[in-house]
Amino acid sequence: MIRENQRRFSFDWVIIIIYLLLIGFGYLNIMSASHEGEITNYLDMSESYGKQLVFMGLSVVLIVLILSVEAKFYERFASIIYVVAILSLLGLFVFGKDINGARSWYGIGSMTIQPSEFAKFATALAVAKYISDIQTNLKTIRDQLKAAALIFLPALLILLQNDAGSTLVYASFFFVFYREGLQQIYIIIGFSLLILAVLALKYGLTITGLLAALIIFGVYFLKRKRNNSIFKPILILIVSLIFASGVKLFYNNILKPHQQNRISLWLRLEKDPAKLERMKKAEAYNLIQSEEAISAGGFWGKGFMQGTRTTGKFVPEQDTDYIFSTVGEEWGFLGSSFVVILFVFLIIRIIYLAENQKSQFSRVYGYSVASIFFLHFTINIGMVMGLIPTVGIPLPFISYGGSGLWSFTILLFIFVKLDSNKINEW
Amino acid sequence: MRKLLLLTLVVFVGLAFIARLYYLQVYDASSYNPLDDSAVRKVFTYPKRGYVYDRNGELLVANQPSYDVMVIPREVEPLDTLEFCSLLKITKEDFIKTYTKAKAYSPRLPYVFLSNLSKDDYAFLQEKMRKYDGFYIQKRSIRTYRKTIGANVLGDIGEVNQSIIDKDAYYGKGDLIGKQGIEKTYEKILRGVKGTKFIQKDRFNRDLGPFKDGKYDTIAKPGKDITITIDSKLQEYGELLMTNKRGGIIAIEPSSGEILAMISGPTYNPNLLVGRNRSKNFNKLYNDSLAQPLFDRGLQAMYPPGSPFKTLNALIGLQEGVVTPQDKFRCNLGFKYGNQRMGCHVHRSPADMNLGIYESCNAYFGNVYLKIMDKYQSRVEAMDKWSAHVRSFGLGDYLNNDLSVGQPGKIPTSQTYNRAYGEGKWYPTFTVSNAIGQGEVLTTPIQLANMAAAIGNRGYYYTPHIIKEIEDDTIPSKFTTPKYTTIDKKHFEPVVQGMFDVYNKGTAKMLKVPGIEICGKTGTAENFAIIDSVKTQLTDHSIFVAFAPKDNPKIAIAVFIENGYFGSRFAGKIASLMIEKYLRNEITRTDLENFVLRYSLEHEYKKPYSGEPFGINRETILDPISEEEFEELQRKKRRIERVND
Repeated sequence: MIRENQRRFSFDWVIIIIYLLLIGFGYLNIMSASHEGEITNYLDMSESYGKQLVFMGLSVVLIVLILSVEAKFYERFASIIYVVAILSLLGLFVFGKDINGARSWYGIGSMTIQPSEFAKFATALAVAKYISDIQTNLKTIRDQLKAAALIFLPALLILLQNDAGSTLVYASFFFVFYREGLQQIYIIIGFSLLILAVLALKYGLTITGLLAALIIFGVYFLKRKRNNSIFKPILILIVSLIFASGVKLFYNNILKPHQQNRISLWLRLEKDPAKLERMKKAEAYNLIQSEEAISAGGFWGKGFMQGTRTTGKFVPEQDTDYIFSTVGEEWGFLGSSFVVILFVFLIIRIIYLAENQKSQFSRVYGYSVASIFFLHFTINIGMVMGLIPTVGIPLPFISYGGSGLWSFTILLFIFVKLDSNKINEW
Repeated sequence: MRKLLLLTLVVFVGLAFIARLYYLQVYDASSYNPLDDSAVRKVFTYPKRGYVYDRNGELLVANQPSYDVMVIPREVEPLDTLEFCSLLKITKEDFIKTYTKAKAYSPRLPYVFLSNLSKDDYAFLQEKMRKYDGFYIQKRSIRTYRKTIGANVLGDIGEVNQSIIDKDAYYGKGDLIGKQGIEKTYEKILRGVKGTKFIQKDRFNRDLGPFKDGKYDTIAKPGKDITITIDSKLQEYGELLMTNKRGGIIAIEPSSGEILAMISGPTYNPNLLVGRNRSKNFNKLYNDSLAQPLFDRGLQAMYPPGSPFKTLNALIGLQEGVVTPQDKFRCNLGFKYGNQRMGCHVHRSPADMNLGIYESCNAYFGNVYLKIMDKYQSRVEAMDKWSAHVRSFGLGDYLNNDLSVGQPGKIPTSQTYNRAYGEGKWYPTFTVSNAIGQGEVLTTPIQLANMAAAIGNRGYYYTPHIIKEIEDDTIPSKFTTPKYTTIDKKHFEPVVQGMFDVYNKGTAKMLKVPGIEICGKTGTAENFAIIDSVKTQLTDHSIFVAFAPKDNPKIAIAVFIENGYFGSRFAGKIASLMIEKYLRNEITRTDLENFVLRYSLEHEYKKPYSGEPFGINRETILDPISEEEFEELQRKKRRIERVND
């Protein structure tokens, strides 16, 4: 009897309360961003706020389902769930529906479902299962490659469907692998490549090459040990240069013009004022409008449903990817900071709980959840405020969208369920 | 260590976001004002501009509707340009030029395509306008002048220029503002306050309805009507007399400082500066550098006042106790001082004060002036004492009144001479020209009229002003507080008597108006022009100041006629006529009137530009206008009389 009680009430209420706060606040902002004139019917299914309310209701059903399933189910069925997710991604090439140039949706009646959203938690489960396998050792190249393959498969399929933003989310598993034993050198290499890429685009190959040479040889001479070959740093330099040229080549020849322009705007590469003006009207339009909306909010915000830029629909996609600009305009610095703090607390709480898991499966899964939220949070809000180039991914729980809401709900509550079960594991 | 990477990044990103939010929303943002919100459209409603009435309640300035063709370039659909141009009576080049300008201004915002359609054009166009998408007609209110007089007094309104928009947040592009005259000085009272309607718009610039249910909207406050001190009948008559002449007439009511008439010749029809041809007409007036119709001679023309200034020296002499009315000075066709000589004309000698004034004896005033200068041990003290007396009559500085233009004139002080000759290196004989209103003295006609008012009042004046009443408001107290001169009241009688005798037996005895006791003083001012880089003397300016009646004067006047020769030739006649017109509203001295109307000075004004040698003063002749022109002026005069009765 006591044990029953403990089991029922051992869900982590901090996560659940943050979840409810975010969903509720998101709903208010979707209402603001999507309504036209007076709202007469809150369940108007032709409006975003009406649909979102239904999605929220269905989320509750999902939560009850997830929490009532035996915790071991997720570990046992992880592989099958992953296979189903991959199949559904593959199916898009045959049955998929194009929306905004991306072939990421299944149309069911008037509803659309985006399998790439669900592939996230499926991948997280698969990764957790693979890493927690007693035979897996992430310090070996072989297992590293296998783990990477688990991620690259869905990432590649999504990229082929022209949804670069969602592909980027899979980079979050990098943090998981690192936590579970991936060598530090990968982190160093990863950051170095990122910096190298930015330098190559911003300052060109010559300056980047000189800078790289300076640092590489500097490190070499400072940390020289016996018989260290001079060829190693030279090799590193050559690889760096090849990579930098590759980035340039990729930027110039492979990226689509709108992607080029987004990066160009972010790095302030364009010098021709006429072209810059054109870009501001096209690629930077969203960003400029969204920054203006956020600025217009001031400290206190203009109040719920009072934002002039929100009401005037100045920011396109304001109920989905750009929802944070609504928060900024109507709730001001107070409300926006509140959302940021909620996310930070949520992610830290998940990390904290993950670290306390007894089973490695639960820990890896929890870490994956935290990493995925972190990436969404960073990219979405960073983009809306102009800190990083425009990448179209939603803000979890706040942005409008059924697939997104459900997938994040499932992602989170599987972890809540796993966490509540740790008492039964030893 | 491995556990910390993600944790650190989360905290770092969170802090970075809050910092960015702080920058965007708190540091970089100012307080919210719907006027600055580009998501809110501001629609202004312009209030009725206040009417202007004259002192007798006659409406001078009112409003009339005007219709502008507006264009919003991005809403324009392909149209039959030829047909459209012929409707608007413009050429295709005009169309393309204006349209390009409108597009450059903004594709989304309304632009004035063609301003001030006539009422007939409007009625005709209104029907056809629907055919042309992106074009529409907007109603505005512009001025209409009921009488074609007082262009220099009333002024005009026009589109506000950018430098004012930058300074004063009230004005926006295309708003109208007073440009000259009372439209300028009383702009804030006349214009009222425009109302603002805030309309929420969407990103396609479409209206979504009132912003916050009109919480920020303001209602337009209508402009207040004003009554000005001008007597429009007197003004109209003065302008008629000024025909074919250049100069200024200023008439003031001494008991209040109210300006009864303020004439500048040549003048123009104020309706020229209304509506669509405003800028064309304005440029024409502005560029007329010979006649300078925009130069208000009554307020801006600075000249040596000549003989009228002598009355002040008489007053100062009495106040300083260096002379009594009975003291006599010898005049031997002039007067010698040092080794120089100041000429005079033939009259009885020796002269006391009365004779000195009515015969305008230079020797008398030269002696009085030197006595004033000799009273004090120090020349500097004497000069400054004298200067202060003169300045107490409102000379030598701006009158600080409510007219949009003005000039300070010039009254010398010891510093003036110290600067010119060096510290202490000058003597009273250097400055004796000041005795007869020449030398370093410069005045404007309004200052002279005010001086006459102060003499008529026996020692005080009210700042001459143009405002009489403001609807629901009072006029500034500086116009209702008397300003006292430094001369005691008792010293005025001999001088007033002298000015009265100017009419009885002096230089103006031919100008007497039976039944009206006028006190006056003639004057002439030498003047020069640079012709082919040679300083050449032109015919003297004719000057006259007067007030009437002698006791409790109702009108004080200064008349100044460019190149009119001696004072009583033109200026004196005009002054007498104006006084009679104002006091009696009819003219008995029709001989004077006919003279003034018949003789033109245009030939005099052409002389410097003729390229031929010419004679001045004594060699000048009276040049009558043709009989037809004279008849025309007579008809005009009768029409004015008829309308005004």
